[in-house]
Amino acid sequence: MPELTAEVDRLSLVIEVGGLPVRVNTTDPGFFSMLQDRYAGFIGDSERSAIELDIDLHPPDVANPEADVRVTHHMGRWSLCRGDFRAEWETASQRGWIRQSKNPHSLDAVLRILHTLVLAKQGGLLLHAASAVRNGKAYLFAGVSGAGKTTIAQLAPPDAVLLSDEISYVRKQDGGYLAFGTPFTGELAKAGENVSAPVAALYLLAKGAENRIEPVASGEAARSLLANILFFAAEEKMVHAAFHAAFDFASRVQILRLTFVPDGRVWELIG
Amino acid sequence: MSKLYVARNPRVAARCLEGEMMLMSGRDSTLFTLNKTATILWQSADGTTPLDEIVARRICPEFDVEPGIALQDAENLARALAGHDIMQVSEQPIPPSAWPTGVSR
Repeated sequence: MPELTAEVDRLSLVIEVGGLPVRVNTTDPGFFSMLQDRYAGFIGDSERSAIELDIDLHPPDVANPEADVRVTHHMGRWSLCRGDFRAEWETASQRGWIRQSKNPHSLDAVLRILHTLVLAKQGGLLLHAASAVRNGKAYLFAGVSGAGKTTIAQLAPPDAVLLSDEISYVRKQDGGYLAFGTPFTGELAKAGENVSAPVAALYLLAKGAENRIEPVASGEAARSLLANILFFAAEEKMVHAAFHAAFDFASRVQILRLTFVPDGRVWELIG
Repeated sequence: MSKLYVARNPRVAARCLEGEMMLMSGRDSTLFTLNKTATILWQSADGTTPLDEIVARRICPEFDVEPGIALQDAENLARALAGHDIMQVSEQPIPPSAWPTGVSR
């Protein structure tokens, strides 16, 4: 009698960003190969994962591809939804699923959201900021779109190691903060290096006629930081966690304003 | 004239940094930065101290202002903050249980 069902090979990849290994499973070899390329440098030990996600690939849903991201929590289960994906993650079992098309940006978005949720409970942050390591210290360059994150990353000298040109990852550790490289890219479309270093300073970027660094009052520093935190969940506890994390960060890390002319000399002031 | 009582909304996250009080609504993530008067009002809004007492003991000594004017300003301010759902105003003392259930205070 012929077999009515066939075992489908499951392909697994552990994507480790900021020390959090997330296993993603797919049955599509082409998509798996795409993920291997996309997250090269951030592929972790296949035997070790903190969170496991099964990816269910479907044709793109054209019903509402531009829909905003929505993150909700109910009975220990996070639901993540955007025009191009739906996902759920159960915190007790640390397992979940993603329904998306073969677009790797959908998984990228799910991973970013997942990391913000995990980090919020640990006093960590994902920030709209470029970041780089120089002389063993990490420097973050925060700002809204157009503030100069990509420019400052492009101007980095050869001895600076790029952590990210768009999304910086910081985790609280030993009374300070560590910045980690991420595969989450901006305009440069270049993944950061998978390294970490203690954060020495965060610069609020402004383009100007000269290069200069100025102090920023604590209140303004905290407000600016809050404006640059990646945050998706409207849940009250998470809002409070992000709020307090921003103040903790502002009280422990030097926050300065960096006005710069877009040429390499700005890096003479950094590190 | 009846007394007014004011209470902080426990669903609001608050931090004071070098004298500057900032609040964030847990409901919609709106950030508020309070001026000095609003900061005193926020810090004193325990739900049991009448507003006129807060004004007389905390606000008037700080800002050389006539008590009647200060009380009217404080009431306007409290009602404005209540309009943003970050404070509650009542003619009765406000016990912690007056806030929605499931919220820690």
